[in-house]
Amino acid sequence: MEGQGLLLQTLVYLGAGVIAAPIAKRLGLGSVLGYLIAGIIIGPFALSLVGEQADVMRFAEFGVVILLFMIGLEVRPALLWSMRKTIFGLGGAQVVLTAMAIGGASLLLGLDWKIALAVGLVLSMSSTAIVLQTLDEKGLRQGPVGRAAFGVLLLQDLAVIPLFALLPLLAAAPVHLVAEAADHAGGHGGSLIAGLPAWLQTLAVLSAVAAVVGGGRYVVQPVFRFIAQSRLREIFTATALLIVVGVAALMQTVGLSPALGAFLAGVVLAESEYRRELETDIEPFRGLLLGLFFITVGAGINFTVILSQPLLLAAMVIGMMVLKFAVMFGLALIGGATTRAAAAVATALAQGGEFAFVLLTFTVGAGVIGADLAALLTAAVAVSMALTPLAMMAYEKIADLLEASIPDVKPDDPDFDEAEPDIIIAGFGRFGQITGRLLGANGFKATVLDSDIEQIDVLRRFGRRVHYGDATRLDLLRAAGAERARMLVVALDDKEKTSELVEKAREAFPNLIILARAFDRRHAYDLLANGADAIERETFEAALAMGVTALRRLGFRAHRAHRAADYFRGHDLRAFEELRPMWGQEEAYVLASRDAARTTERLLAADLARMKPGDFDGWDASGREEESLESEGAAPRRPD
Amino acid sequence: MTAESGDSRLLLVMAHPALEKSRTNTLLWNQARDLPGLTPLDLYETYPRFAINVTAEKSRLVAHDIIALQFPLYWYAMPALLKEWFDLVWLHGFAYGKGGNRLEGKRLMVSCTTGGPAQAYHALGYNHFTMEEFLRPLEQTADLCGMVWETPFVIHGARTKSDEAIAQEAGRYRARLEGLIRSSQQAAN
Repeated sequence: MEGQGLLLQTLVYLGAGVIAAPIAKRLGLGSVLGYLIAGIIIGPFALSLVGEQADVMRFAEFGVVILLFMIGLEVRPALLWSMRKTIFGLGGAQVVLTAMAIGGASLLLGLDWKIALAVGLVLSMSSTAIVLQTLDEKGLRQGPVGRAAFGVLLLQDLAVIPLFALLPLLAAAPVHLVAEAADHAGGHGGSLIAGLPAWLQTLAVLSAVAAVVGGGRYVVQPVFRFIAQSRLREIFTATALLIVVGVAALMQTVGLSPALGAFLAGVVLAESEYRRELETDIEPFRGLLLGLFFITVGAGINFTVILSQPLLLAAMVIGMMVLKFAVMFGLALIGGATTRAAAAVATALAQGGEFAFVLLTFTVGAGVIGADLAALLTAAVAVSMALTPLAMMAYEKIADLLEASIPDVKPDDPDFDEAEPDIIIAGFGRFGQITGRLLGANGFKATVLDSDIEQIDVLRRFGRRVHYGDATRLDLLRAAGAERARMLVVALDDKEKTSELVEKAREAFPNLIILARAFDRRHAYDLLANGADAIERETFEAALAMGVTALRRLGFRAHRAHRAADYFRGHDLRAFEELRPMWGQEEAYVLASRDAARTTERLLAADLARMKPGDFDGWDASGREEESLESEGAAPRRPD
Repeated sequence: MTAESGDSRLLLVMAHPALEKSRTNTLLWNQARDLPGLTPLDLYETYPRFAINVTAEKSRLVAHDIIALQFPLYWYAMPALLKEWFDLVWLHGFAYGKGGNRLEGKRLMVSCTTGGPAQAYHALGYNHFTMEEFLRPLEQTADLCGMVWETPFVIHGARTKSDEAIAQEAGRYRARLEGLIRSSQQAAN
């Protein structure tokens, strides 16, 4: 590629990403879909601004490697160990059963059993990049959903290794093609040691893993210390990248997945003191390369293949996604997940993965699958990847709707009438529990509405009156006694739902006292404007308490620290009131994050103007000391 | 301060940590708080955490001609928050001492309830001292700040008196405050 061409290509990719991702995000589609659409637009089948994708793709796939490295950094070995059941149980079952289901379906459609099995195995893989990025944006990556998904993805990464060994056995052609095919596959399969005897290969793999673990433990630390002392920031970043690239290359040499190797390296470094710096330094590369990766997937969708057999392709995509969903959903349920969580994991993992591209190339090379079928499958996988963000949105909508409709058929509705509640608490999580317990301890009867079924079971066992349901539904509130209750405490964990509930409840029940949990200052203004009688910013008191602890540890006497916090609270509440009118004028800017910064700016200015150290101290006798000095022993006007 | 300060003559500072348990103080408070020309300040309700707003309290004091305190006698003294209010607000340079003349000429009146009977507050009673003696610190405070000390309004045996007797006392209390407000208004005109 010529220099100019490279520059132009960079321009196209960067431009597409910069334009598409923020727009898609703002539209609620998520950045992944934005990148994919950008890829389709600049790809050979629309504007045709970029050409052959293979090179860029291979480069972009490195984003997945970095992603896995960074995930590894978050996963301490102990955590990994505690996830072993998820990884091997859930993950293993997913790969085997999905391969059997899709393979079986292919068999029914008339494919040879060998080809059917190969197709099943290839399509059982999911896309690590798309799944994790989508879950991240939905805020699901840290919870049980994210863990299950991650465990399965990790096993799929592991499964690629035996797959490279297994798939050639399904070939009609002689096995000596394997090495060539592996070379051809490049990114994931290119192994320099494929020609060696099995025991040597095994030895090589084991030494490579040992090198990564040992190197991470004993070499990287001193190296980083040395570099950190040199204070060359960019060299630190370069070293971080070097580690990832080095590990990836090493793994590729011995025929392991580079992504898996990077993950291993990340886990090894998870307990290192340089973990945070590594994360910060590598983060931008991860984001950019993943974005590039999604763009190349979009640009690589072969519309010629799609348009030549649109119905067949649609059937393949839907069939694959439905089968993958069904298998994963069932497995997650058996594993003890709630229906909603199981559906989330299953939806997230329903697409084909980037390994499929590599494996398909490999299988074609090994003579297992014909080129035509491989092209179709590649297109199907790409389309399924593009559909994932949409599928996740659909899942959320459907899950919400289903959840909203469940209480109507639940037999526990009648006991709403058992006794008149004083208070209705919407949301009984981290916040609502504390408020609710305080009220209960003081003899008030509360009816609790929560949409987390597990939470509800626990509370029921303790004899609390808890009801399943989405509190934003007015009929449910009415059934809970909102017309007779004195107060509604909105303690939901969801900003938008809180606003919605406050507004609806204020309109429907004008006499109800409404207290609402505000996400932040701006949300607080919003809630007060929409009918809340009082709000509490959810982190304010806790943060203030932390400040008191800090002051005490810094040497303040306890009472002084408390008074400082009390004084600050008063000051902040006044600032809250003072900034309130300005809020109305700037409603147009509510969406702009800039406004949050400006609010902070104003608050800090107010702090400076009003809060001086010692202001709150009280018991200030300095004036009297001065006076005694001035009068030099003479009796003050009114001695005491 | 709010509009209250314009024509309000008397600041009634009521300090009771458990008003809901005190029949007498509740009645006294309810009789007094809506009097025209009176600013009611429920101290424990305003500062539940003892985080007294000194600036606000200073201007409240300055804006009124008569400062009236209503509290139950605890251990022969005022409740803790009222003492805190004095400690933090009645400062040197404001209430007394050099440049501290902001309360000069104002009147200080104390209304106080006791659990014990009247005869206990006597040299021969079990409390050994008279109410007058127990209230000396406040009297001296008024003196130091150049204020006029009004005769205290004391209700003894607040827990044992009949409802009727208490109601009568509350009526007297209201009349007493009314009288103070009126005289202040006349002096101003």
